[in-house]
Order: sequence, then C-alpha cells, then structure tokens
Amino acid sequence: MEGDLEQLRDYFRSGKTKDASWRRTQLKGLQKFIVEREDDILHALKLDLGKHPVESYRDEVGTLTKDISVALDNLSNWMSGKKIKLPLGAFPTDAKLVPEPLGLVLIISTWNFPFGLSLEPLIGAIAAGNTAVLQPSQLAPASSALLADAIPAYLDNRAVKIVQGGVDVTQSLLQFKWDKIFFTGGSRVGRIIMAAAVEHLTPITLELGGKCPAIIDSLPESFRRQVMLKRIISAKFGTCSGQACIAVDYILVEKRYATTLVELLKGTIKEMFGENAKENVARIINKHHFDRLKGLLNEPCVKDSIIYGGSMDEDKLFIEPTILVDPPLDASIMKEEIFGPLLPVITLDNIADSIAFVNSRPKALTIYCFTMNDKFVQRLASETSSGALMFNDTIVQYAADTIPFGGVGESGFGRYHGKFSFDTFSHEKPVIKRPYFPDFWFRYPPWSNKKLELFRAAYAFNYLRILLVALGLKRPRPFSDRF
Amino acid sequence: MTFTFISIELQSLRIGASANSTFSGCLRSESSRAFQLPTQLPLASPSLPSSSVSSFALMAEEKKECAFDGEKAAMLVKELRVQFNSGKTRGYDWRIAQLKSISKMVDEREKDIIQALQKDLCKPEFEAFVSEISMIKSSCKLAIQELRHWMKPEKVQTPLTTYPSSAEIVSEPLGVVLVISTWNYPFLLSLDPVIGAIAAGNAVVLKPSEVAPTTSSLLANLLQEYVDNSSVKVIEGAVNETSALLERKWDKIFYTVEGIVMTAAAKHLTPVILELGGKCPTIVDSNINLQVAARRIIAGKWACNNGQTCVAADYVITPKDFAPKLIDALRHELEEFFGKDPMTSKDISSIVNEYHFIRLMKLMEEDGVYDKIVLGGQADVNQLQVTVTHIHLSCSFLLTYFRKIAPTILLDVPDDSHLMTEEIFGPLLPIVTVENVEQSFDLINSKPKPLAAYLFSNNEQLKTKFVNNVSAGGMLVNDTILHLTVPALPFGGVGESGMGCYHGKFSFDSFSQKKSVLYRSFNADSSVRYPPYTSQKLNLLKALMSGSIFRVLLSLIGWSKD
Repeated sequence: MEGDLEQLRDYFRSGKTKDASWRRTQLKGLQKFIVEREDDILHALKLDLGKHPVESYRDEVGTLTKDISVALDNLSNWMSGKKIKLPLGAFPTDAKLVPEPLGLVLIISTWNFPFGLSLEPLIGAIAAGNTAVLQPSQLAPASSALLADAIPAYLDNRAVKIVQGGVDVTQSLLQFKWDKIFFTGGSRVGRIIMAAAVEHLTPITLELGGKCPAIIDSLPESFRRQVMLKRIISAKFGTCSGQACIAVDYILVEKRYATTLVELLKGTIKEMFGENAKENVARIINKHHFDRLKGLLNEPCVKDSIIYGGSMDEDKLFIEPTILVDPPLDASIMKEEIFGPLLPVITLDNIADSIAFVNSRPKALTIYCFTMNDKFVQRLASETSSGALMFNDTIVQYAADTIPFGGVGESGFGRYHGKFSFDTFSHEKPVIKRPYFPDFWFRYPPWSNKKLELFRAAYAFNYLRILLVALGLKRPRPFSDRF
Repeated sequence: MTFTFISIELQSLRIGASANSTFSGCLRSESSRAFQLPTQLPLASPSLPSSSVSSFALMAEEKKECAFDGEKAAMLVKELRVQFNSGKTRGYDWRIAQLKSISKMVDEREKDIIQALQKDLCKPEFEAFVSEISMIKSSCKLAIQELRHWMKPEKVQTPLTTYPSSAEIVSEPLGVVLVISTWNYPFLLSLDPVIGAIAAGNAVVLKPSEVAPTTSSLLANLLQEYVDNSSVKVIEGAVNETSALLERKWDKIFYTVEGIVMTAAAKHLTPVILELGGKCPTIVDSNINLQVAARRIIAGKWACNNGQTCVAADYVITPKDFAPKLIDALRHELEEFFGKDPMTSKDISSIVNEYHFIRLMKLMEEDGVYDKIVLGGQADVNQLQVTVTHIHLSCSFLLTYFRKIAPTILLDVPDDSHLMTEEIFGPLLPIVTVENVEQSFDLINSKPKPLAAYLFSNNEQLKTKFVNNVSAGGMLVNDTILHLTVPALPFGGVGESGMGCYHGKFSFDSFSQKKSVLYRSFNADSSVRYPPYTSQKLNLLKALMSGSIFRVLLSLIGWSKD
C-alpha cells in the first residue's frame, strides 16, 4: 500500500494532474464509463440492492451523467480563479483567489448508492486536479467489484486507485497521511474517521445522515394532495427502500389530519408499487440491517403502532413498506436514524409545535415541509437548523447542482455537488502581487507619532487626512510617554 | 474584588551583548546560570513584603476552590445553549449592537489595551496600534457595514430537472461556538474570530491565552462590560480550563496554534477551524529593487512582534551570488529602523516568556548553527519587574521579565538543524542559498505546506511558476504580511498550516451553516419520477438529465432513439 500511495503522491508532484486537459480527459473517461457500462451498473445495483433499473437510473446513473457534464462545461470557469477588489490604500496591487488541488485525497464511500456516492466526490476530486484513492463499500460487493475492475480502463491509473475491502482496509488506509478525507456513512464511523484524521491534521468532509422529518401542515385540495403523497412515498420507499440519508425518516402532522393522511398514504403505496411490492421496492442490504430494522419494530409498544405493512421476508431480505402511527418517542425507532422502509407518523396538537419537536433532536440533513402558508415557511427557514430545507418536494435537492449538499451538526460537515465539489477538493489560495513602487515610508520603524497618525488615517480610509499629515499640514495627536 | 498592583523595577540583567558571531560561545557558558535567575530572585529580594511568600500557598488554595472544572463548563454551555435557543442572538439587531459595542470598546479603551500588550509582550505602542487595534477596528467596521448584506440569502439558479422551483442558500448561525486564542497577537487573534462568530449570530465562549495574562484578564473585563455577557463569555485559564471546555459539545471550535483540539472535537463531530503556522519561505530573486525588498522583509519579520508571527518570513532563499548583497541591504535597513544597537531600541518587541526565550537560544546554539550567524545574535534578559498583587489580605507576586533577542541573520545553516526543520517563531532569519532560484520550489515543497509564501522578483515567468508550483495558505509577490490586511481575501492555512479560513466575509461564513433552501410548487409534477417504473419513464429521465429540451420533447412523443 505504502508504495502505491507514494507513486500517487509522486504523480501529483509531477504536476500532471494540474493540467486542465488532463482533468478534462479524466472526466470524459468517467463519462464514457457510465455510458458504456450502464447496463452493468444497473445490473450490479439489482444484485446488491434489488433496485429497479429506473430507480437506479434516476438516482445514480442519471445524476452522475448530469454532474459530469456540469463539471466539463464549467471546468475552465472554476479553474480561472476570482479577482479580488482591494481598497484604494493598497493600490496598485493585483489580488486573486487561485484554486489549487490539495494533493492526494481519500474517498470512503457507502453502499446505499454505491455508484453515486463513490463517483460524485471523485468528479470533484478529479476536476480539482487531485490524485485519489476510492474505497467503495464492501457491503455492495457487485458494485464495488465493477468499480474496481472497470474504472482502471477508463481513468489514468497513476492518479486514481480503487481499493476494495472492509473495515480492516479502511483502518489501514486511515494510518496514512492524506490531504483530504471525504467520508460518506454513519456518524459512529464518522467519529472514528475524524479521530484518525487528527494525527496528520487532515481536513475532512463528513456526509452523514440523521432523521429527516417531513412536516405536513395541512391536507391540501385534491391535486396538490396527490402530488404531496407521491413525493413523500417516493422519498421513503422509492429511494433504495428508505436506505438513503435524505429519505423521509418520519412525518409530523396535526392529530386531526392523521387518520385521513394514513389512509391516503396506504392508497398511494398500492398505486405506486402495486400488489407485489417486491418488484418495485429495493431490498434491505444485508442480514445485519434486516435484523436491526426487525429489532426496531419488535420493541414494546412499537409493534402495536403498526397500522400498515410490517411483513418481512427474511430469505429475500425484503421488508414491506410499513406505516406506524405514534410509536413511543423514547423507542429506538424515534431516536435512531431508521434507514429502511418504516415510516412513523407522529401526531401533534398544533403543527407549530413541529419546530420545537425538530429543534429538540440532533440537526437533520434535510427538513421537508409541505405547506402553502408563507408565515410558516418563514418561521421554518429562520428557526430551524438543518443541512437543507425543502418546501413541497423531496429528494430533488440532491440533483440540483447549484445548491450545496451537506450536513450540519450530527448530519456532518463540508459540502459538495457541482462547483461545491470542486471547492471541497481545492484550496483557494490568495495570490497578491505588489509593485516595488510606491513604497510607503511610514510602514517601517523607527516609529514616530507622525507615522502612527498616518496609519490611523489609512485604516480609516481617510485619504485626505493621509495627504495632510504627510505634507505636514496637520499635526499628529501627541502621545504620552507612559511606557 | 480589589486589586492592587505594585510594580518594582528591580534591576537590569545583561547576559550577552556583543554584536558579532563569536558571541554565541560566550553566551553558552553563561546561559545556564542566567536562566535560573527568575526562581532565585524574588526570595532574595529585600523589597518584597514578608507576607507575600507565605501567602502564596493560600492563594493557590483559593484558586483551586473556584477552579473552572468540567461541571462548570457543562453549566456554561447549557446556559449559552438556552440563550442561543431563545433566538436572541439570531436577530440582526442583537448582532449589530454587539459589534458596535466592540467597536466602541476599542475606541474608548485603546490606552488600556496598549498598556496590556506592553506588559505582556513589550510590544511598541506603534506596533500594537498598527497590527492589533487598527485591524480589529477595520474588521468591526466592515462587519457593521456589510452585515445586512451578508445575512441576505443567496439566490441560486435551479436546473431543468427540478423545474419549476426556486432555491436559495441561507446563512444561519451554528449555535454555541468556542474560540481558543493565542498569545502573539493576544488581542487581535481573540477578538477577530469573536467578531465573526457574533456577526454570524452565535453564542460565543472565548478562551484567551494564559501566556499573555494581562491581555487575557483585560479581555475578560472589557467584554463583560461592553457586550451582552449572557451570550458572550470569556473563560480565562490554562491547560485544565481548556480541557474542561473541550470536553463539552460545541457547534464549532476555532483554534489558533496546535492541533490536539481535533481529538476532542472528533468525539462530538465538531467542525474545527485550525489557524496554525509553519515555516513561511521568502524567495528573493536577484533582479529586484533591493532596498524596498529588504525593508519589506524586515517589516514582516522584526517589525511584527519580533518574528513571533505565524506569517512572518521564516527563512529566505536566494541565489548564492546574491546573498552578500541581500545581507548588506538587510544590515543597512535594520540599522535605519532599529539603530546601531537594536537591543536598546524601543521599536522592537521582546520574547514572550522564558520557555520561548530558551527555545530560541537553543535553536541558535545548536552545533553547526551558531557559527553561521552573520548579523545580530545578542540576547538579553532585562527590565526585570516584580509585580505584587494584593487581593484582600493575601499577597502574591508575579515576575515580569522582558527578554530580548536582536534581529539575527544566519547564512546556510545545515538543512537538518532544528532551525530549518521547526517553525522559528522569533527573530532568527536563516538565509538558504541556491545555485538557481528555481531550485527554491523543490526546497519549499520538501517541507510541510506553509501558511504563507513570499516571492520578490520582477520575472513574470518566475511569478507564474511560483503561483503554480508552490502550495501555501496564501501567497504574496513583492511584499510580506500585507495580505492579512485585505478583508476581501480569506486567511487560513492548508495541510500542516491549518484548515478553514477567516477575515471579513470569510469569518462570517466560517461561523455560519450554509443551509440550502429549495422551494417547490405543487404544479408541473412529472410522473416520471415515481413508480411504477416503465421504460418510457427511463427514456424521459435520460432526456431530462441531459438537460436538452429537444430530447425531452422527442421522448414525450415517443420518438426517443433509445
């Protein structure tokens, strides 16, 4: 391993990866991989997660295709840096913010969107001109193997390496010095990554999860109601069976709407997934997570709150879309991130209480809210804190590359997508160029009251005063010789 | 509590004063004795009140009782969280009122601040004003001017896939943040991040450095007097207090100097900003205006806290044949600035404490290093002061020493000496010579990434190469230090020199969460996103993701090529 990394580092030092043309070629290689191997990708996702090809395309292949073209279209713009305006006092100085690659970066990915969450950060790392090591998750073995086998044919192997393996591999990777670690996964491992990063002062981006609530303030008239239901159901059961960091975790609704809402949700589930949900809903990744979800449902009082679904097929690792109403708030299902097809509906007396409800829990990656009430929109925007806040829709914030994607508090830190990915893997270096003339004498010792006065005027941007003091037309304020 | 300060100037001790390169040898023989002096003096001093020594233990006990421990830290954070959750700190009015108070505080108490900096670092009044007070003033002024603008949500465009929708990025405060500061610019480096944290609407705890004790207690008093101390607190103390603070959960930790803080932060997944240092290289090419270059190097080294600055030039790289000219120019300009004997100049700061004084002396004394001194090398412990502190009836004493080391230039010291492997953080400036100035890039890149890199040259090609090949927190061509004063530029390190940045709007951003807010309407809902999935939907999706309206139309009427 050590030798491999040294080679990657040498390659970075050679400066090859800094060239715009190199970056472009790599991004095009990645694009080619996605186009040529689309069927293999969809197949691997079917094997690992039982994802329907359309779902896979929507969430992984499609977004990647789009984001690679965004990166290709904007690369020269991103790389060109920013001119900075300076105050008159610094005239004539030329200042610029120049983005430069960080060096060798490590991307640790996860299993629920094994292509999207591996390649999305890689696009940023390459676009920014870094060399990278990518560790896909071992829990999605078909996808991981496809990445490891196919990527070398499409990308420069001297700059990008795919390392397969489990916890032991991650642990040995973390021993080395990186210029950035980008991690997607749970907060428990996030803490381990952060502790390991301390050793080398490595900056990190943590993309974690959390309990994303969907707040429904009322049941709108029929058309909007249908749209809302579809958006919620697809954000729970239609995104890798709820195994997504931005999936709806639970619903908050006023008591008076709860019964109607639940009936409507049931109807929408049937409409969307048909009688045989197994065809259209992804399965649970592995036995461990299946048992974890089963455990959540089997806690006392939780089982009684199930009012729809709840059946399980242990052989096929399938859990039916399940709705619960008011499970105990101190049960694990309401304390841990669910990450599966269980949807608790929590009823409140007044929807305004939802703000306090959300604020009393760790900060979520996203808060969803369905409302037409502008005041409530304002209150949510200013009184709650979360990675993102989305009104009247779900999930699509992941696809919008103009807004940053990332968490706050327990849901992680750092952000990516589009230009933000480029920035995450770059250091914005201020570069200032000064001429030798003019050179102001009052910057240098020996210090005098007159020089002090000139500085006072300069920092107050009082140019007239500078002139007056410099010409001796204004007397400096006397200073006591206390010291 | 009443405090009485009695300062007694005892005597001036000189331990070495010759301005030539043979000096180091004589220093070495005397130094061990000289460094022990501080512990012996107060006991032997006849002018001290007799009760002072005996009551020293009493003081310690009293201190222990009111020590800031984990429990107190937990209370503190809890209290601040209540304040933050009340939403008080989020409002524009609260933020602006605090910033205005800080601005007022700096104006009204300028003399006290300068005096504190004098006590702690023997900082010349002028330097204190230029590098600390005026920087805080302009930082405050900018924040007050721009706050409304900064707080405004930033509108962003949304792609075709999410049409129709509107999106914005909203800056919201992170919560309760901790700022741990350091001693070299104890006032500036404490208040500058606090200004950012307040502007962003956070509740703040500031822990100033105990190494600059006068400034630390001044900050505690001033902030209590001027700003809303239910949401902005100052905790004074050293290692124990810091670890008690770090135990707690914060929403952000801003830390200047050293990185142990990340271990504590990992426990609570707290994002951190680390402002560290590093060996900042200065490349001096031969085709330059030598006088101006020399002045600017000196201004950024010895005229800035006597080299105890994270962005001070740490070493100079220059072509071999140019080195003698550069040294002559530096010698000449140094004499202009600080006079014939820099040890008596009032325009130069002293070394902060005994630990750093000894550390710097050791760097200078190392084998193979001390005979490379070409200029300076003098060191002094003088202006010894005994401060008797009277609190109620118990007395205690504090010793204040002013330790000076003269501007010192060394030529071609060994690469593996501590002087070339550690951050110097003091008035020693090694000059490394190279055959060809372009070799300097390899030399710089063989060391950890510095906080700043400087180049003096008129060669445009070299400038471009410098920008492209050297990685540093920031870089400045033909000057030093000055990039710090530009609020439009982010200030922060990369690699070993730290992570995260601040100054101006960047401070605000560092203490804000950039929340994406996407507004969608219920209209134009496309069924393509939802199950049951069909191949028509797949085709339409492909067209949508490609962003081409034409493909969308084709697939809608069923003419898709797939």
